[in-house]
Amino acid sequence: MFAIDFGKPKNEVVVGIDLGTTNSLVAAMGPSAPFIIPGPDGDPLVPSVVTALPNGDFLVGNPARRALVTHPRRTVYSVKRLMGRGAADIAEERKLLPFKMGEGSESVIQIELGTRTFTPPVISGIILRRLKQNAEEHLGEPVTKAVITVPAYFNDAQRQATKDAGRIAGLEVLRLVNEPTAAALAYGLDKRKEGIVAVYDLGGGTFDISILRLQDGIFEVLATGGDTRLGGDDIDNLLLRVALEDIASEWGEDLTKNLEAVQLLRRAVIEAKHALSVLPRTNVVLEYRDRRYARELTRDVFNRLVLPIVERTLAPCRQAMADAGVTTGQIDEVVLVGGSTRVPLLREAVERLFRAKPHCELNPDQVVALGAAVQASILSGQQTDKLLLDVTPLSLGIETMGGLVSRIIQRNSTIPASATETFTTAVEGQTNVLIHVVQGEREMVKDCRSLARFDLKGIAPMPAGMPRIEVRFLIDANGILQVSAREQRTGLEQSVEVKPSYGLSDEQVEAMILESIERAEDDFAERQVREMRVEADNVMQAVEKAKQSDAWFERPEDERESVNRALNELLVVYHGDDHTLIRVKIEALDEATRPLAETIMNSAVNTALKGTKI
Amino acid sequence: MRYYEALGLEPRLALDAGDLQKRFYDRSRQWHPDRFSTRPAAEQRTALEMTALINDAFRTLRDPAARAEYVLSENGLEASAQRGKDVPADLLEEVLELNMALEEADGAQVARSLGQFESMLAGVDGQLAGLFAAWDAAPSAGRLEPVRAALNRRKYIANLVRDARKTLETARET
Repeated sequence: MFAIDFGKPKNEVVVGIDLGTTNSLVAAMGPSAPFIIPGPDGDPLVPSVVTALPNGDFLVGNPARRALVTHPRRTVYSVKRLMGRGAADIAEERKLLPFKMGEGSESVIQIELGTRTFTPPVISGIILRRLKQNAEEHLGEPVTKAVITVPAYFNDAQRQATKDAGRIAGLEVLRLVNEPTAAALAYGLDKRKEGIVAVYDLGGGTFDISILRLQDGIFEVLATGGDTRLGGDDIDNLLLRVALEDIASEWGEDLTKNLEAVQLLRRAVIEAKHALSVLPRTNVVLEYRDRRYARELTRDVFNRLVLPIVERTLAPCRQAMADAGVTTGQIDEVVLVGGSTRVPLLREAVERLFRAKPHCELNPDQVVALGAAVQASILSGQQTDKLLLDVTPLSLGIETMGGLVSRIIQRNSTIPASATETFTTAVEGQTNVLIHVVQGEREMVKDCRSLARFDLKGIAPMPAGMPRIEVRFLIDANGILQVSAREQRTGLEQSVEVKPSYGLSDEQVEAMILESIERAEDDFAERQVREMRVEADNVMQAVEKAKQSDAWFERPEDERESVNRALNELLVVYHGDDHTLIRVKIEALDEATRPLAETIMNSAVNTALKGTKI
Repeated sequence: MRYYEALGLEPRLALDAGDLQKRFYDRSRQWHPDRFSTRPAAEQRTALEMTALINDAFRTLRDPAARAEYVLSENGLEASAQRGKDVPADLLEEVLELNMALEEADGAQVARSLGQFESMLAGVDGQLAGLFAAWDAAPSAGRLEPVRAALNRRKYIANLVRDARKTLETARET
């Protein structure tokens, strides 16, 4: 007898994605090792840059990076820095990222590109979709599942935003993996049966340090630390600021507000930074409008500039070692991850701190994506000899009396992790209890990051203190919080209404799924109407403003009447769906207001001339 | 007691760290959600719950003080309920001395006090080990009371040691 092997259904491929601040990559598991999937242009890196073109299409990656100079107002980069954040906590980022922030950015940033507005998860979703398409083209099969990496130090909102981005791109995110942990997987460090490893990861916008214990294929993270606002971007911005000042004194012209020139200069300082990783000196060169700026930059000067940034990474390293309960002597190996670790000064600092020669055999730009592919193969059951045990980077707490935080899950707890708290009512007949959950290490709520407010509803009216509602806080393997509640006496599940402090609701994510956005985009006529209305808005606003000026009252009665008539006619067609009619009426209004505009112009010129005489 | 059951252990106050770690790894291999991502949703949920329990259990049981507090609370003795009263009167003099040294930023005196308290901590740990063994041999509520007292004393001293170390560290850095 023999068994007939009908063969298992072919396992669907799960890709690993590194959604980076500067570059993003997609990788898959090969027969023996993970490999990076390049884009159609052959580049393994897809720059994390998106341009929203006037016709509704998007440029992603290298073409978008080129468009930074030609379409600076329609292009956005380093969007990872905005993930899971609100307007109040991106003051730092605003200085670095020249994007226009739209209304309603309190809990989710609204990025204005041209006439349209996008949230960071949608921009990230557009990048993810490109990676998905690259993978599908390369592998010749549909890709719907992915492992996506996040900085280990990302909080709940930042993780949720990343997961939302996946969904928006049409990907089922099987797991969010911490970047340093993924890097450890890629290095195959489990080949040394036992040991303590430090992973130092300085990317474009984030810094992570993780300390792991390896034993028999288990990668147990002992502690993690970092800074989600520290990376190569900061070096670029520093160099850019210095160069702008230098140009201002040399040319007598401040280019800060000139987006095109700034982007050209940004490119020049990045090139210089890269060059200084291998050369002792280089030139920062800007050629702009027939003028040429060139300044020599030596590695010594560069080192002096970036030293504060390097030093900022060392404190989290020491803290992580203390949290892990290990001393420098016990660290067996150090792994360097992230493009910024190419800076020689930084390598020296890391080597000095850990007293170990760091690993950098794998390309620091690619190692995280390769590790994500390894984790993808673990999740799809192809590899069973390895297992990641990761931790939550931040303590979880709830608000108590007087704005204090009561900690319920400590940072560096292995996830999944849970905690149970019992709540009751304060007044008779109270039917709901509000719970405020925060993340962070400080003692006051105001110093921690608000995560969400949970409303326990439908409590049966009873005397104060009688209901006993058991609330379970569970951090899942992605580092994302889940909450459930039960009335202790009845054992009944209690309904919990969640109001996340930052981020999108489920329905909002649903509405942002790119396919549905695209279908709307396909409706060309509708888009033309929308765009024409924006133009009409601009024109009408300008006319309304002109009507407030003295010049308006200087114009003859019949002319004012014809302007008002043209304005009314535009308003009538404005809400219709014929974009050509709106255009005709805009042009008519333009025509009717021409003498008025000239009068305003003349009086402005006269005032200016008068001003010079005095 | 769930935490002990989760790791397949009898409820004992004295545990072997190596054995505990091995049990933790073995059960993680078996139950971690990574092992269930191609399984039906219900199985994934079970894996998540099981792993959370295993992790909570290991985190609590690997630390002798947290372990003892867990056993106390499972036996209806909240460690914190007694904390205020159990602050040891015989330590008063040394505590005052340390506080003064901390206030005056007298590094040498802080270091001396730190040494004193560190050896006291070792002493309490030794005492606890004996109490653990006693309870393990014949568990009874009466044998938990002294564990609670020793635990509160330990916590008090551990806090002093932590503060003194922190002061010395910041002094060294500045």
